[in-house]
Amino acid sequence: MSGFTFSDEQEKEITRIVAKYPFKKSAMLPLLTLVQRAEREVSPAAMVAISKKLDCSPAYVQSVMSFYTMYHAEKVGKYMILFCINISCQLNGCDKLLEYTAGKLGITVGETTPDGKFTLHREECLAACTEAPMMRVNDIYYGALTEQRIDDVLNSLD
Amino acid sequence: MTQILFKNINTADLHTMKVYEAQGGYRSLKKAFAMQPEEIVAAVKTSGLRGRGGAGFPTGLKWSFLAKDVFPRYLCCNADESEPGTCKDRELLLKNPHLLIEGMILCAYACRIETGYIYLRGEFHDLSVIMEQAIADAYAKGYLGENIFGGGFNFDLHTHLGAGAYICGEESALLNSLEGERGEPRMKPPFPAVEGLYAQPTIVNNVETLCVVPYIVNEGAEKYASIGTKKSAGTKLVSVSGHVKKPANYEVVLGTPVREIIYDLAGGIRDDNKLKAFIPGGSSVPMLPADQVDVLYDYESLAAAGTMLGSGAMIVIDDSVNIVETTLRLISFYMRESCGKCTPCREGTRWLYQIVEQIMQNAGQLEHIEKMEDICDTMATNTFCPLADACVSPVVSSIKYFRADYEKYFTNVSTSLA
Ligand SMILES: Cc1cc2nc3c(=O)[nH]c(=O)nc-3n(C[C@H](O)[C@H](O)[C@H](O)COP(=O)(O)O)c2cc1C
Ligand code: SF4
Repeated sequence: MSGFTFSDEQEKEITRIVAKYPFKKSAMLPLLTLVQRAEREVSPAAMVAISKKLDCSPAYVQSVMSFYTMYHAEKVGKYMILFCINISCQLNGCDKLLEYTAGKLGITVGETTPDGKFTLHREECLAACTEAPMMRVNDIYYGALTEQRIDDVLNSLD
Repeated sequence: MTQILFKNINTADLHTMKVYEAQGGYRSLKKAFAMQPEEIVAAVKTSGLRGRGGAGFPTGLKWSFLAKDVFPRYLCCNADESEPGTCKDRELLLKNPHLLIEGMILCAYACRIETGYIYLRGEFHDLSVIMEQAIADAYAKGYLGENIFGGGFNFDLHTHLGAGAYICGEESALLNSLEGERGEPRMKPPFPAVEGLYAQPTIVNNVETLCVVPYIVNEGAEKYASIGTKKSAGTKLVSVSGHVKKPANYEVVLGTPVREIIYDLAGGIRDDNKLKAFIPGGSSVPMLPADQVDVLYDYESLAAAGTMLGSGAMIVIDDSVNIVETTLRLISFYMRESCGKCTPCREGTRWLYQIVEQIMQNAGQLEHIEKMEDICDTMATNTFCPLADACVSPVVSSIKYFRADYEKYFTNVSTSLA
């Protein structure tokens, strides 16, 4: 399979990452993360490219990738909303807020908006329990959520 | 109350080298390097420090278990923080990254380790950026790298991001994940101290545990040991969340009554509702009913009360809640996060989920409660790692203390219903 090449900048980053470890294979998660962040998915072609870097089979890359929830075989939205539904957030009313967010985006949980802007996922505890209810949008944590705050956050993203 | 880890946590720009050093940061290194590594291990033993990640294993003892004369050795900081209710490591990493680096250098020196990794859960990308900056600054200052302070000691430190899997917080799964594999737990023994990362002797310690070490070196093991109770030395960060007025991370001296944590520190129950239950150590430990709120917050008192201190996450539940709903949410978590390696865990979590869901749809039978207990019996202590036991905790304790909440769903339902 062809069609995936790393950019020069990514090649440099890969060299830096691989040098952290005595065995290349340890760079598996970092390389999958690099691809996922850049492409918003890990395609079969990317798996082949990673396997070549790490001297393992593409099937092996896929077996590792499929274990972790942050890698996606199908492209996710520009903004990935991880909505925490675990205990501290549940106690603080996250279920209604998640429903509200899904309704606002016009999708059900797990889906991506047709314009590819938002993906909404139900997420397990994100380690910000004292700020419950909370969500993570790409790399940013938003706590003390209310319908108003969700509106403000989503409206602020272009 | 004595503050060790949070003493200066809200100092502006504490995450920068300049402010951290101005606060006395990194001064433990000179003192440590003048000591023999074994003396530091002995001090950590004397201090009584126990692992803050969940199991509470004595830290100095763990360090002394490293396979003799086998090198290289590795140090892995467990910053996977995924136990529901727990968010203390996040605050330390966010506001005081250099404290962790200092603690890791001390551990590495004491254990003759030259390479360390900080395994951060994948969702902590923001923290990995902060951590990498702090590491770069520590290299620039000569605290990390080769021949530190000209004493011949080398230590390299790197971050490593996970990618979304609770089970990677379990130390052997963490090591597999760090090796680029699926994050499934390993058979133990051998324990990591004997055969860990790349099959070499490895220390795995929680963020908070490592952050305590500079204090022990600076102030002395006896001083640390004098804080708290005999078996539970020192302070503990407690993440108080749920139905309290002031949810936050609090540093408490071990042995403090739970009542004080909930009502004084965290301001009491929101809307002045009544306390119904509390889970004292993260979702994986048994819950206790309100009438046990006078229990002391330390390892031995919580064990005597039939629960555990765990990761130090206090989840507070008021009387507006039916405990069955909370329990189902926790079962769902363990069902989703089971790595699937062991049948009792993979299938047991699913069966428990299905049964409780049925009960909540008023379609259960009273015998279902017995069946749940039966499944829990098979799951407990029969698996590779304690995740299955963790799922059993909320189920068994909810049945024990809040059977009436289950029974509410059986009113108007004949027990002979199919
Ligand atoms: C399912 C499971 C999840 C765990 N998650 C974490 C975690 O997120 N952070 C952590 O420090 N320890 C976690 N642990 C405990 C680790 O296995 C290990 O005991 C700990 O990192 C050792 O460090 P300590 O002695 O400093 O506590 C977990 C254990 C299990 C069984
Ligand atoms: S107990 Fe569960 S999570 Fe642990 S190894 Fe077995 S299947 Fe995996």
